[in-house]
Amino acid sequence: MTRKAVALISGGLDSLLAARVIQEQGVHVEGINFFTGFCVEGHTHAIRKKDKDKPKRNNALWVAEQLGIKLHIVDIVEEYKDVVINPKHGYGANLNPCLDCKIFMVQQAYQWIRDKGFDFIITGEVIGQRPMSQRKETLPVVARESGADDLLLRPLCAKNLPPTLPEREGWVDRDRLHDFSGRSRKPQMALARQYGFEDYAQPAGGCCFLTDENYSIKLQDLWTHRGEKRYELDDIMLLKVGRHLRPEGQSWKLIIAREEGETRFLSGYKGQFQSLRTLSHGGPLALIDGPTLNDEQIREAAAIVARYGQGKTAPEVELEYSPPGGDGRSVTVAPKAPHEIPQSWYLV
Amino acid sequence: MKPLRIDARRLLCPMPVIRLQDALEPLPVGSVVEITATDPGVQNDIPAWCRINGQRLDGIEQRGNEYIITVTKLCDD
Repeated sequence: MTRKAVALISGGLDSLLAARVIQEQGVHVEGINFFTGFCVEGHTHAIRKKDKDKPKRNNALWVAEQLGIKLHIVDIVEEYKDVVINPKHGYGANLNPCLDCKIFMVQQAYQWIRDKGFDFIITGEVIGQRPMSQRKETLPVVARESGADDLLLRPLCAKNLPPTLPEREGWVDRDRLHDFSGRSRKPQMALARQYGFEDYAQPAGGCCFLTDENYSIKLQDLWTHRGEKRYELDDIMLLKVGRHLRPEGQSWKLIIAREEGETRFLSGYKGQFQSLRTLSHGGPLALIDGPTLNDEQIREAAAIVARYGQGKTAPEVELEYSPPGGDGRSVTVAPKAPHEIPQSWYLV
Repeated sequence: MKPLRIDARRLLCPMPVIRLQDALEPLPVGSVVEITATDPGVQNDIPAWCRINGQRLDGIEQRGNEYIITVTKLCDD
C-alpha cells in the first residue's frame, strides 16, 4: 500500500528537499502552501514598473513543479489574523509570531490530511535553523500543540528526534532520513546538488514580511493609530507599497506612490480612501488613510504630496483632493520644503 | 459549455491562482473557467498551476492591463 504524505511547501530549499527525501522512499507526496497575506511572493515586483522586466515566479509552484507533485494553495488570511494579533508564544525580533505560525500551519495541514485521507505531514524544519520556531525545545511544541504529534515528520533532522509513527511503522526508512542541525546551509546545499536542484529560492529574511523590521514598524503604527490590533487584507497589502508618512500628532497618514506602477496600483483603492493627485505638474498619487480631513488638513497633506512631484520647487502646485469614490476638487498649495518634512514623519 | 467567469482584478498572486483553484474544485470534469486578472504574474503562475495539477490551459489573452485566462478542468483534485 502506497502511503500518502502532505508536505508544507514554502517555496524555499528546505521544504523542497524534505519532500524529495520522502518521495525517494516511494511515498506519494502532495504539497500544501498557505497564503497569509504576509508572504513575500513577488508583490513588489508585480506592482513596481521598474521591476517588471525581472523574471517573476511563485516559488511554491516552482518547487511543486520541480518535484512533480500537486500543490494545494490555501487562503488562510482570515483565520491567520488571530495568530498575528494574539500569538500565545509571543513575537520574535519584529511582529513575527513564528512559533504560533508554525503550530497553526501544521494544525491546518493535520486537518487537511484527515479530510483527504493522507497518512502524515512533512515539513522542512531543521533543529537550530531559526531562532524562534526551529529550536530543539520548540519542535516538540509544534508537534504537540498542532495536534499532529507523531504524524509530523521532519526528514531533514529526523535522526535528531524521537522516531515518529511513519518511521516506527516502516512507512519510511529512518536510516535514509537526515540529521541536519544548526544555521549552516551547507548540508542542504550539498543535498540539493545531489538531487540536481540548482535554481532554488534563497530568501534572505525568510518568506514573511512580518520578519521585516520596516514592515513591522508600519503595521505597529497602523494598530496604534486605529486604537486596536486589527487589519484587513487591503491594509497589509498597502503596507508593502509606497512611501508612508505620518505628520507628527496626526491621526491620518499618507501613502505616496514612488513610481508609475505604484500609482497605478494605488489608484485601485481610490474608491475606499481619500486621495490626492497632482494636476499642474507630473506627480504621484497619494492615498490618505484615516478620518475625513478638514480643509486645513487637506492643504497640509497636499503640500506634502506636492513635495514629491515635478512641481516641488514651484511656488504653487494644483492638486485634486477626492473623498472615497467621490468627485474631486481642486486645491492649490505651496509645496513643503524638504526641511519642513522631518525624518520622524517617515514610517521607513 | 459556457465558461464560469471569475473576476480577480486587483488581486496579487497567488490570490488569482487560489480563486481559480477554488472555482474549479466543485465543478465537473470538462468545465471551463475564464479568469480576468491584472497582476502580470498570472502569466507564469496559472500555467504552472495547470501543469502541476493536471488541468488544461486553453489560452491567455492580454487586453490592455488585463489578462483573460481560460482553463478547462481535466481531472478532480
